[in-house]
Amino acid sequence: MAKNVISDETIEYVGILAKLELSGEEREQAKEDMANMLDYIDRLNELDTTGVEPMSHVFPVHNVFREDIVGNGDDRENMLANAPEKKDGCYKVPKTVE
Amino acid sequence: MSKQYETVIGLEVHVELATKTKIFCSCSTQFGGEPNTHTCPVCTGMPGSLPVLNRQVVEYAAAVGLATNCTITRNGRFDRKNYFYPDNPQNYQISQLYFPICRDGGVEIETAAGKKTIRIHEIHMEEDAGKLIHDEWEDCTLVDFNRSGVPLIEIVSEPDMRSAEEVIAYLDKLRLIIQYLGASDCKLQEGSMRADVNLSVREVGSETFGTRTEMKNLNSFKAIARAIEGEKNRQIDILEEGGQVIQETRRWDDNKECSYAMRSKEDAQDYRYFPEPDLVPVLIDDEWLEEIRKRQPELRDEKRVRYQEEYGIPEYDIDILTSEKRLADIFEETIAAGCKPKEVSNWLMVETMRLLKDEDMDAADIRFSPAHLAALIGLVDQGKINRTVAKEVFEVMFREDMDPVPYVEEKGLVMVQDEGALRSTIEEIVKNNPQSVADYKSGKKKAMGFLVGQTMKAMKGKVDPAMVNQILLELLA
Repeated sequence: MAKNVISDETIEYVGILAKLELSGEEREQAKEDMANMLDYIDRLNELDTTGVEPMSHVFPVHNVFREDIVGNGDDRENMLANAPEKKDGCYKVPKTVE
Repeated sequence: MSKQYETVIGLEVHVELATKTKIFCSCSTQFGGEPNTHTCPVCTGMPGSLPVLNRQVVEYAAAVGLATNCTITRNGRFDRKNYFYPDNPQNYQISQLYFPICRDGGVEIETAAGKKTIRIHEIHMEEDAGKLIHDEWEDCTLVDFNRSGVPLIEIVSEPDMRSAEEVIAYLDKLRLIIQYLGASDCKLQEGSMRADVNLSVREVGSETFGTRTEMKNLNSFKAIARAIEGEKNRQIDILEEGGQVIQETRRWDDNKECSYAMRSKEDAQDYRYFPEPDLVPVLIDDEWLEEIRKRQPELRDEKRVRYQEEYGIPEYDIDILTSEKRLADIFEETIAAGCKPKEVSNWLMVETMRLLKDEDMDAADIRFSPAHLAALIGLVDQGKINRTVAKEVFEVMFREDMDPVPYVEEKGLVMVQDEGALRSTIEEIVKNNPQSVADYKSGKKKAMGFLVGQTMKAMKGKVDPAMVNQILLELLA
């Protein structure tokens, strides 16, 4: 049994952010999964990290760059092949109001 | 209104960098292509595609940071900002939250109230989103990802501005610095520079800030000034009526001159930032930073001092000549071709500015070359053409950028140097206009102007008016 408790409100909120609609059963499972994850983070927090540089990447690699040279040409047809719907050379999506 | 209010403004300025390719892929950034013709799996967020950072973006961002007195972050990285919106194909924007490339800078602005420093909180690198087009026919939205992944820097100021005048002075300062660096063309109208205005009001003397709103869709200096005035008054009215300002994003409608609350991009504004795992850290060591520093061109403030010392032209001229990088470049190159600074300045300040205004053009769009301007000034200096003709030639040159030397020969505009021929023409005119001669002799000095006019007409303007005057005076004496 997890130590952290995820409330119904929290799981609802996370669902909205992730654009997920959960059934009652899925919701309970998700609450438990998330509680377990937080428990694990709590364990990590027990470590003393004083003086340890925050790491942003697991590989000891830095400065991987591209030069500023155009390499890609017009590949619209292929790109739009993945569109659920298309019109006038564009991806067609439901009306979005700003 | 019994209370005295103060407006507190901070800006978030987005600048599209002048790279040839996007920030994370080698698609072209060229503006105006057919929809989706500059796209690839990376900038359309296809699963499995990986971003690779464009080195030039880092260099431009660091150059802007150095020029705005920022500290450059030596160990930087990118973060993901998560949100769902159709202009954002990955469902996250790669940006910088925790270690932005520049921090703690500032620029000095000058307004009627004097000099003042506007502090810069940070500058970060990020990618632009795609463009949404509303389709009226089918009442749907069309998405063009050509702009998706175009590199941006976002310059975040501290809330140090107190008026529209200061805001515009600050934006103009940034525009000039960035244009001089060649990092962007910074055109508000075309969206390569975009400003979001964070504004709150508070009672004069208050130490705490009021609740702020953020205003978007400001695409000219005039719109910014009007939006600031409008939003300030709206907030004061709310406070005067005992209400509370709500923290929200508002969209300015410059036609209606009012702002309205925007529906938020998501129900909850929670971006859940986390370090971008697909990009490795950016380490800027001393050597690289020094290289960037060495490449920094002379900026406007330095040019202003040098022009005064080196060319001795008036401050008014200097302000205008340095107000656009292109003007300053033409000015310097024309002088380098051997012309007198004041003479070059006059052509740029008077004729060029007039034509730019007439044609509704920016200085950046000037077509004539410094070599041709120098040649034209040379023709006047050598007495080959007079100023009136030179102005006409300049107008043609402004449009077509032709070499004025063969042009004036071909068009037969070179002044008649032969004094004998001119003298006999004038003698003829004096003989044919006895009334004017009589008028002149009886004291009507205006009659002289008529005779000069007749001569210029007969010579098709190709004579030195001073010479005409001199001969006429001799003949009428």
